[in-house]
Amino acid sequence: MNRFIRTIAVASFAGVLLGVLAAGSQNPPVGSAAPQAGTTSPSQSLVGGRTGLNIVVLDPAHGGTDPGARGSAGIREADIVLELTAQVRRGLESLGFQVLQTRSNTENPSFDERSALANAQTGAIFVSLHVSSTGLPGTARVYTMPDTPLPPSVGGLIPWDQAQASYLSLSRKLGDAVQGELAQRFKGSPMNVQSAFVRQLRTTAAPAIVVEISSVAMEDKADLDRMLPGVAEAIGRGIATFRPSYVTPSVPGTTPGVKP
Amino acid sequence: MNAKWRVRIVVALVVTVLAAAVYFPILKRRVKRQAQVQQKSEEQARLELVQSLNAVSNEPKIKAKLFWAADAEYSDLAPSTVELPLSIDPVLRAKQVLNTLLAGPVDSELRTLPPDAALLAFYILPDGTGVADFSDAMANSIPSGVQSEQLAVDSITKTLEANVPQVQRLKILIHGQQVDTLAGHLDLTGTFPVNLKPAAPAAAPTSAPIKK
Repeated sequence: MNRFIRTIAVASFAGVLLGVLAAGSQNPPVGSAAPQAGTTSPSQSLVGGRTGLNIVVLDPAHGGTDPGARGSAGIREADIVLELTAQVRRGLESLGFQVLQTRSNTENPSFDERSALANAQTGAIFVSLHVSSTGLPGTARVYTMPDTPLPPSVGGLIPWDQAQASYLSLSRKLGDAVQGELAQRFKGSPMNVQSAFVRQLRTTAAPAIVVEISSVAMEDKADLDRMLPGVAEAIGRGIATFRPSYVTPSVPGTTPGVKP
Repeated sequence: MNAKWRVRIVVALVVTVLAAAVYFPILKRRVKRQAQVQQKSEEQARLELVQSLNAVSNEPKIKAKLFWAADAEYSDLAPSTVELPLSIDPVLRAKQVLNTLLAGPVDSELRTLPPDAALLAFYILPDGTGVADFSDAMANSIPSGVQSEQLAVDSITKTLEANVPQVQRLKILIHGQQVDTLAGHLDLTGTFPVNLKPAAPAAAPTSAPIKK
């Protein structure tokens, strides 16, 4: 596995094109800052060529042998986020989004495999779903990566390890939209998006956020279950608010921008 | 099966049992020794801490600023002032403040780092990167989650920033090894900014991750 990851990093530094690979594969080995013109991306073929935000990649964190956070009452993060993902998915599909999931059962893809699913799409965003061990019960927070220097780009290509750097402003805009909705529904939640060096976000070449709800420490799982519909609705509304501002680049080698 | 084969099988079984009887205590001793080595390295770290604190006990006490959780909900960090005989040597000073941070605040609900975690080593590279090597408990006992893991790292970087200006960025190792994440969420493959000037907000991870 380590050799596999090393190979990915070396290949990305050598400048292998994701845009080209994305046309034929859902799991390309490297990331690019921008989709390439003249290729057929999954989103274009599936959503009739519409530019902008078409696909939402939902990432129920952990899974398999990794239960994530565990509460004393037996609540497992991996199980809760799978249920939350199903609810978010239903809401997004009713709003006309195409939804992909990094896992739909008890499997546990690697960080890179999860990022690869989003990196292979054109006009996609990535939403990773988590339940914390800490925090005021009944609150929810959205995280994006902190400021990171832009990596050297050659012909629009960026290293896999720093794929998120070009998308930070878009990620924050998306994060603020979702956090605003969550703050309205869940008292005590922050008003603005937070920064954290989340491993999953770093390799994702798309606007990407983590949504983390509190917490597995709840005594009764029913209390956490009652939160899920509200969280799902807030995520859907936040993404819908963000949608018009997401512009995919029309010029190859440029990064996507935010509509003024 | 004739008698000759029966004797051979019995002899083979006896030899196997004897070999196992000889090897088992050896194996047991080896496992015990390995466990003692691991325990010793953590005890060594604690011992070094006490020695380092004793070594500078003649230094005048300085008000060190340490950062623990502001409340039991982990909403933020809050500074606390602790009087310590801080060394002028930056490495020793960093060990002192980090070990005091690990010891925890008076109110245990406000601690950001696991009580059983130990600082195994700390050194500063010529480029200003401080390398903190923590015991396995740092990763195994910390509450899993983005919030708790980020708060733990923030408490370390802010404490270093307030007390050891020579450390510009921080690299965290777990038992001498680079690991992907602290407890499944926070990225430990790069470095975290500590005393970087605002003009160069090279937020972590700034370095290309070192793949194992």
